[in-house]
Amino acid sequence: MTEPVLQIRDLTVSYRTERGRLQALRHVSFSVPEGKIIGIVGESGCGKSTLISSIMRLFAPNAQVDDGSIVFRGQDLLGLPPDDMRALRGNAISMVFQDPMTSLNPVLDIGRQMADVQHRSGSGRAEKQARSLMMLERVGIPDPASQLGRFPHQLSGGMRQRVAIAMALMTEPSLLIADEPTTALDATLEVQIIHRLQELQRDFGCSILFVSHHLGVIAELCDEVIVMYAGEVCESGPTAEAFSNPRHPYTRKLLACDPARIPQRTRQLPVIEGSLPDLVDLPQGCIFMQRCGQSMARCATQRPLLSGVHRQAACHLQVPDP
Amino acid sequence: MARLANTVVKTFNGLKKDPLGMAGFVLVSLLLFVTVFAAWLAPYDPFEVNVHDRLSSPSAAHWLGTDQLGRDILSRVLFGGQVALKVSLVAISVSMAIGFALGMLAGFGPRWLDRILVVSFDTLRSFPTIMFALAVIALTGPSLNTVIGVIIITSIPVYARVVRTQTQALRERDFILAERAMGASTLRILRDHVLPNIAAPMLILASMDVPAVVGMEAGLSFLGLGVSPPTPSWGSILNDGYSYLRNSPWPIIAAGLPLIAVTLGFTFFGESLRDIFDPKLRGKAE
Amino acid sequence: MGKFITRRGLAALLVFWLAVSLLFAMIHMAPGDPVSVMLGPRATPEIKAELARRMGFDKPLVVQLGKFYADVAHGDLGVDPFSNRRVSDIVLEQLPYTLVLVLAAIGGASLLGIPLGCFSAVRRNSLLDRLTGILSVAFIAIPSFVVALYLLLWLAVKWRWFPAIGAGASGDYADQARHLVLPAIALGLGWVGYIARLVRASMLEVMEENHIRTARAFGLPERTIIVHYALRIAILPTVTILGLGIGSMLSGALFAEIVFSRPGIGRLLYEAVISRNYPVVMGSVLVTTGFFVLCTLVSDIVNALLDPRLRESREH
Repeated sequence: MTEPVLQIRDLTVSYRTERGRLQALRHVSFSVPEGKIIGIVGESGCGKSTLISSIMRLFAPNAQVDDGSIVFRGQDLLGLPPDDMRALRGNAISMVFQDPMTSLNPVLDIGRQMADVQHRSGSGRAEKQARSLMMLERVGIPDPASQLGRFPHQLSGGMRQRVAIAMALMTEPSLLIADEPTTALDATLEVQIIHRLQELQRDFGCSILFVSHHLGVIAELCDEVIVMYAGEVCESGPTAEAFSNPRHPYTRKLLACDPARIPQRTRQLPVIEGSLPDLVDLPQGCIFMQRCGQSMARCATQRPLLSGVHRQAACHLQVPDP
Repeated sequence: MARLANTVVKTFNGLKKDPLGMAGFVLVSLLLFVTVFAAWLAPYDPFEVNVHDRLSSPSAAHWLGTDQLGRDILSRVLFGGQVALKVSLVAISVSMAIGFALGMLAGFGPRWLDRILVVSFDTLRSFPTIMFALAVIALTGPSLNTVIGVIIITSIPVYARVVRTQTQALRERDFILAERAMGASTLRILRDHVLPNIAAPMLILASMDVPAVVGMEAGLSFLGLGVSPPTPSWGSILNDGYSYLRNSPWPIIAAGLPLIAVTLGFTFFGESLRDIFDPKLRGKAE
Repeated sequence: MGKFITRRGLAALLVFWLAVSLLFAMIHMAPGDPVSVMLGPRATPEIKAELARRMGFDKPLVVQLGKFYADVAHGDLGVDPFSNRRVSDIVLEQLPYTLVLVLAAIGGASLLGIPLGCFSAVRRNSLLDRLTGILSVAFIAIPSFVVALYLLLWLAVKWRWFPAIGAGASGDYADQARHLVLPAIALGLGWVGYIARLVRASMLEVMEENHIRTARAFGLPERTIIVHYALRIAILPTVTILGLGIGSMLSGALFAEIVFSRPGIGRLLYEAVISRNYPVVMGSVLVTTGFFVLCTLVSDIVNALLDPRLRESREH
């Protein structure tokens, strides 16, 4: 088996705040195999943003890594000197952000931005432009030549996101991180973009780390899924299996709440009772215990660890894989 | 009354945290004290001429030296402060009052009136201030009252604009509409709602305005177009000093200091006030 | 873009026209008869009538107003009754000196202020940042003529580092530059701080924006991001303010010209006021106002050129 492109072990990140240390990520471990699309799903506050900024090492000033390693193609990113890390960004590791309106530079035209992204290639202007045009075509933008001179605010939301994807894939990265890239788009556009991403992934062969809270998209796109809650990984494994037979109570509840899966018409949409725990003042034991509804005595005192081989879940209740 | 005490306490607490603001406040208070009590503090009569002792450097007898007519500079500077004080008080209070009225009219009155007022303000703003002052003085002749008048005319738009924005914003808010529906008169709305909201920004604006007003008076007096001699004003002392620059630098040094003190003091104090009461104003007052 | 320029141009024209009208109104609202004031109490009625006729004061008000507009539109600002020269010639002769001074002051202030502001934003709360902040406020507050006087006293008269009088020998650029230093510093010192503060505030805002995060995510060097991405956007509000601030600089330039005995429109205006030379007073004020309106217009246009988002915004 080839080495995974990205392997995260025991990643623990916290923020220094006025109230104390906010434990945003705790002992997060998973890996991204080569050429696969891995989804990360979880509600707001589960630590997705911290995770992404950790991989890219674009931390907020009050963030600190307390433990763990992020190994990318054999190198521990956390130990790299800053210039080496910068060399990877937009090169071997690329990112697509959630809101293309604000993540694209408003005062530079698309052509210029796409050329700037190629700043390491050493090629001349004409070459860069040719490459930009080619990428724009591959993401499905009609008449690319006329778009080069336009500004982000002149394009539609879907077009902007395609441009962002084109920019990210331009350097043929090994790992593409997509941070809720379709959340800001309407449903039809979302489907188009997802299909396009699938195509591109097949062509380029890169791995994708796809963050979303939209279960349907994850189910459609991702080979494997990692479910996060309040800074911890609660479940991970192949998407189809994890969603059809979830082993963690949180995953089960998430699926139950997904409007797409509700079998009959109801007046009230299901919710998960309770609210997110305080990440500064963590409870002992399982993080999900308060909202679980199935907890045992053990859950209050012992933090469950991820266990399982093919599929993993962190829960004291789980039945081991046969 | 309790509200006033509350505000004072809030001010002091805020000042304690901001050393610059506190310094400004101390400076301002000192200057006010010294100016108001100039008659008691000044060692000499500012008009007393003593030609034998002209243009002397600081000494035990004359702490800041003497000017070209032998008058004690320290005394003249102290009394010059009274001119600055008078001009500031009159100009700022009048322009605030008129600006308030006009701003209300613009904010609450009919649209066409608002249009006219806004266009007038913009036109006034299109003149560089001193140029406008000079044009007026050319026509009416130089005098301190003319200077005060010009300052008032150019300051009114500043206050009026703030009041206008506030009233316009308030006009649309639901509770105002509700009050109107209950028959509250415009006057009552003005008194109960607009006034309290306006008070803080206006006072802060006034505090930040003092340096500009004092500077303008000093500038025009320096040009010989403000106070008439022999009345001392910081600007006129500078004027005298400029003519005799090569004989003695002391008039200029002495009169420049209080100007710097006033402008620095009120600016630091005003910025501190703004941070305490309305940090949102940060971008607008520029 | 063309539509935008036309729209703003017309607005500027309107303001200028109103200003011209205001000036005209002021002349005729002044107490006393301008001619008597100009010529003094001993002038005979004949001399007064002659001057009144020459300046057009004898015609009905409406006619005078119309003539005034027409003259201004043609660039005819009247005749200086004392030297018999055309006012427009006199003004145009002096204008370049003032322009050079103002440009030197703004140029110097920008050259110092922009990097200072940028640095303060990037190294927030460092010693340099806090020092710049305090000094900025200080120098903005102090009247520029006080600064001018102190500079004159110390650097010109006492230590003789720079000349105290005049604009320098014509044709000798080095000499003229030396004569520019002190007045430009006096004028521009407050602006260094002002510009630094503006740039700092803008930069802090821009650096928080998402597209900066994107640039970092693509591995662009920090220096490129700060200068070519962030600063480019952060500078926009500064450009507009600079355009507007030229007006206040014209006022300051007047004092600088008088303190340092330089030629220029400010000095011209001042001497005309002293000698009650109305045509020259009005001519100078007109030209400076026109210049100010023009600067505002140009800065709006430059702003739109730099930020494509503004070109399509609606006028409010």
